[in-house]
Amino acid sequence: MRRMKLGMAAVAVLLAGSLTACGEAGDDDNEGVDVDVKEDAAEDFDEGTRMRELAEEGKVTIGVKFDQPGLGFKGATDDAPSGFDVEMGKILAADLGIDPENIEWKETISDNREPFLEAGEVDLVLATYSITPERRAVVGQAGPYYVTGQQLLVRADSDIDSLDDIRGTEVCSVTGSTSLENIKAEGATPRGFDTYSECVSQVLDGAVDAMTTDGAILLGYAAEQPDDLKVVVEPFSEERYGVGYSLDHPEMCEWINETIEESFENGQWEEAFNLTLGEAGVETPEQPELDPCPAS
Amino acid sequence: MAGSVLFDAPGPRTIARHRIYSVLSVLALAGLAALVVLKLEEKGQFEYALWEPFLTPEYIEALLVDGLLNTLLMAFGAILGAVVFGVLFGVGKLSDHPWVRWPCWLVVEFWRAVPVLLSMIFWWMLLSLGDGPLSPLQCVIIALTLYNGAVLAEAFRAGILAVPVGQVEAAYALGMRKTQVMTTIQLPQAVKIMLPVLVSQCIVALKDTSLGYAIGAPGLTYIGEQIYIEFRVNQVPTAIVLAAAYIAVNLLLTLLANWLQKRYVGEKKVLEVPMVGEAHVTQRT
Amino acid sequence: MEAVFSNFGEYLDAFGVTLALFAVSGLASMVLGLVLATMRVGPVSVLRGAAGLYVTVFRNTPLLVIFIFMAVAAPKLGYTFRFVEDVEIAGWNVSAYFTRACIALTLYTSAFVCEGIRSGVNSVQLGQAEAARAVGMTFLQSMRHVILPQAGRAVIPPLASVQIALAKNTSVAAVFGMAEATATMRAFNNNYADQRVQIFLLFALGYIVIVEIISFGSHMLERRAKVA
Repeated sequence: MRRMKLGMAAVAVLLAGSLTACGEAGDDDNEGVDVDVKEDAAEDFDEGTRMRELAEEGKVTIGVKFDQPGLGFKGATDDAPSGFDVEMGKILAADLGIDPENIEWKETISDNREPFLEAGEVDLVLATYSITPERRAVVGQAGPYYVTGQQLLVRADSDIDSLDDIRGTEVCSVTGSTSLENIKAEGATPRGFDTYSECVSQVLDGAVDAMTTDGAILLGYAAEQPDDLKVVVEPFSEERYGVGYSLDHPEMCEWINETIEESFENGQWEEAFNLTLGEAGVETPEQPELDPCPAS
Repeated sequence: MAGSVLFDAPGPRTIARHRIYSVLSVLALAGLAALVVLKLEEKGQFEYALWEPFLTPEYIEALLVDGLLNTLLMAFGAILGAVVFGVLFGVGKLSDHPWVRWPCWLVVEFWRAVPVLLSMIFWWMLLSLGDGPLSPLQCVIIALTLYNGAVLAEAFRAGILAVPVGQVEAAYALGMRKTQVMTTIQLPQAVKIMLPVLVSQCIVALKDTSLGYAIGAPGLTYIGEQIYIEFRVNQVPTAIVLAAAYIAVNLLLTLLANWLQKRYVGEKKVLEVPMVGEAHVTQRT
Repeated sequence: MEAVFSNFGEYLDAFGVTLALFAVSGLASMVLGLVLATMRVGPVSVLRGAAGLYVTVFRNTPLLVIFIFMAVAAPKLGYTFRFVEDVEIAGWNVSAYFTRACIALTLYTSAFVCEGIRSGVNSVQLGQAEAARAVGMTFLQSMRHVILPQAGRAVIPPLASVQIALAKNTSVAAVFGMAEATATMRAFNNNYADQRVQIFLLFALGYIVIVEIISFGSHMLERRAKVA
């Protein structure tokens, strides 16, 4: 009987909670770059190219991260993700004449980016996707549209300011990431969590000594809480974020590079950056040099 | 009450002593509770902003629809699958043919001994990552089906064996075949006996759906994670809300199990399965 | 196969962490569970209620949510347990992550230990308790000298099951920063994606061995208790 009453009470509390629901948490302004969606874009591409197909279909599927604020993040109540990667995706889609509303966003995690591209689950991947020779062996990667490197995020009062200091400390990053393996090689105890945000919270609470991943991500967090967090150590790796595409459609590379180049020139790249990572206080970086496309 | 046998009906002095114990323990418990509340207060955990998401319609909807509904979907999907798996393998373990019995035994023992999370991650990497045909949610269902199915197989077996031998003998005497005896005499009664076990297994499955968090399957815990990632500071309120939600649902299931027990089995006869939930791994009968 | 064999040291280390988690939280949960069970069958109704509430709460909350409490929410309140890092036991430094994981596992498992012991106590014949009372023993005396030693026998199978569950449940620590067996399987999978099935089977085998040893041990104990 007592159990029953407990259960009833719990249900009553839940119900009361939902009936009197009146909070207004979360914010709705999810505005991104004002992209100029091209009209009759299909005409611009040669018959038989993937770009033409996509433009004619009027739909494109893009893989982005859903858990990295500033780059690709989708909250529990959001309809679409937001972030720098997402904005770059919109710019690319606009060049195909595709409205942001007609983009299908698919969540990709670090483990499934190549397979998604190979299987045609997604047309493009913009998911903090570092260009590496190993990856280029199986998928295409155009760009880079952003260059960053692995760094450390520590509490503002931390003594850690060189790579030597992290020997014997505990460092958080995302389970299965290369950052975590790199830091293990440096002599730190790796602590794998599900998302970067949880790592940040571990750093803030003093549960770990530092967290590590690409500087772009860390700077975003540090800029949000400059009194509590700082980014230390010169980048000890170079991560060049590229746009992933399938090797079945090598013609996409030139188009992606041209579109990125165009966004450098017409200011959309900078605007996209300022609205996302820049919003959090990260300085706009220099425009990176694009890799030439492999001769097809 | 079990306790009543363990101590005498208290006399006046003992009553007085117990009163002192009671007062002391009330004080201790109240002190503990006060400590928790003070700590929460000190750390600003009662601020409205931290709790606001749970009073905002969109987030409540996300918790109930994307969260609770998916959690229930996974739990019941897994239990449905587990019942099928359990009947097949539970009966298989009782087979007269060694070449049926042993493989069934092996499969059941394997999935009982492997952590659900390990199997979940495996199925997810095999079937969902990359071009895999299944969603993480389906992988959660697979892992839970295998585990709970293996436990239920054991319960079915015990349930079948709990059917009085006389009934089986009578059925044979009427000229029924082995399969007939199993499907018309033993299984229906076994199902009745093990209904409460089935419901308590639902609770196990429901709790284990939270492991889907590790592979990005939607569910209450996953939505909770999204909420504390989005708002950054309300981990404590989120954890409290999550726990409360699971407890509420599980208590409802417990009520159901008790009712079924009373309705179909009677108060006294609780089916003795070699530890439901977590089993005695090897069956040495 | 060679994914595991060429990294066999890492495989063993991983199961070492799993075993350490199991050993520490197994012991701690037995102690806390025994205390709870005593409260639960004792004469003080307030304590009975408190233990009952504890069991209801922790039995119905998923272990993962308890881990969220310990690993994600508790640090927000200032409980990081980093002070344990100054403690050194036989050359081993205890980490705060390990401590928090053990606390989460202990809190959860104790509720089941309590229920296991309670059912064992209930299985002791009424006459025994009555006889103990007749010779004038107090509640704690009769528990200690009469009930618990006999309940011990009946308690072995359910407690063994609880401990087996605990051994498997240590896998949840993988999600919260512990590089134990399940986390290591995941890492191996990232590096050797083509050997997923073999890797899984080898890690499963590790757990099966642990589970079988506990199960075998409990059978031995049970047999000895019967003879005595």
